[in-house]
Amino acid sequence: MTLKEIVSLLQAEVICENNHLDKTVKYAFAADLMSDVLRLDTSEMILITGLANLQTIRTAEMSDISYILFVRDKQISPEMVELAKESNIALIQCKQSMFRVCGELYIAGLKPIY
Amino acid sequence: MEFNFNIEGGNFSHAGAASSEVKKVLKQLNVDVSLIKRIVVALYEAEVNVVAHAYEGMMKVVLSSDFIEVTITDRGPGIPDISLAMKEGYSTASPQVREMGFGAGMGLPNIKKNCDKLEIVSKVNEGTTVKMTTFFS
Ligand SMILES: Nc1ncnc2c1ncn2[C@@H]1O[C@H](COP(=O)(O)OP(=O)(O)OP(=O)(O)O)[C@@H](O)[C@H]1O
Ligand SMILES: [Mg+2]
Repeated sequence: MTLKEIVSLLQAEVICENNHLDKTVKYAFAADLMSDVLRLDTSEMILITGLANLQTIRTAEMSDISYILFVRDKQISPEMVELAKESNIALIQCKQSMFRVCGELYIAGLKPIY
Repeated sequence: MEFNFNIEGGNFSHAGAASSEVKKVLKQLNVDVSLIKRIVVALYEAEVNVVAHAYEGMMKVVLSSDFIEVTITDRGPGIPDISLAMKEGYSTASPQVREMGFGAGMGLPNIKKNCDKLEIVSKVNEGTTVKMTTFFS
């Protein structure tokens, strides 16, 4: 599905799109632990996380992850948005819990990376 | 080519800044993207370790046509038992570090996985030196 479809399914808010809204997303990985994200060999995915700080963006930057979805209405700081723009990463945000988001996206066809 | 960056201990808002600069250079040099990812993930893990576990550090990057060698030296508590620290899951990270999304004890094993050569030298109460080498072919 496209990032745009994910946004409308979850009634999510787009924080910064960096021209990624029409991109197709096939895989997802959910984690609050950046140590876990850094161990992945795949980059083609959306990162679903409840951890909203600069290190989330840095971790995505280093891992070549282009899309991040923040769950549970987290505060996204201006510094995070700035870094995401520099690194060409789309940030979206929704209110639902991690479990619900993962369930809905799984049903909608997103695949786990392993 | 040689570059040097400072790493501030304890300051998570800058953690990754040095690795990010190295990534930009490697991209400009048209290094293969999956190789760049391996290199910068290792650097970032090591940089975060300085921020999380030490007081201050330096990243020295030596780039040649066939390899990149990065040495991160810090002033800090040092690692008393390096083979224990290399074990998956071993961590002494503080609650603040865990709040930042780190402290799973996976960093050093991940560095080893992502570079071709890893050397760690450490002296308790003085500091740690982590040297990572990756070949371009
Ligand atoms: N530069 C350093 N100075 C002092 N101790 C260190 C340093 N780097 C690593 N260590 C020690 O080695 C342990 C293991 O490091 P490692 O990077 O594998 O895990 P971590 O940093 O605790 O968690 P993670 O990397 O998964 O976020 C650390 O918890 C710490 O005790
Ligand atoms: Mg670590």
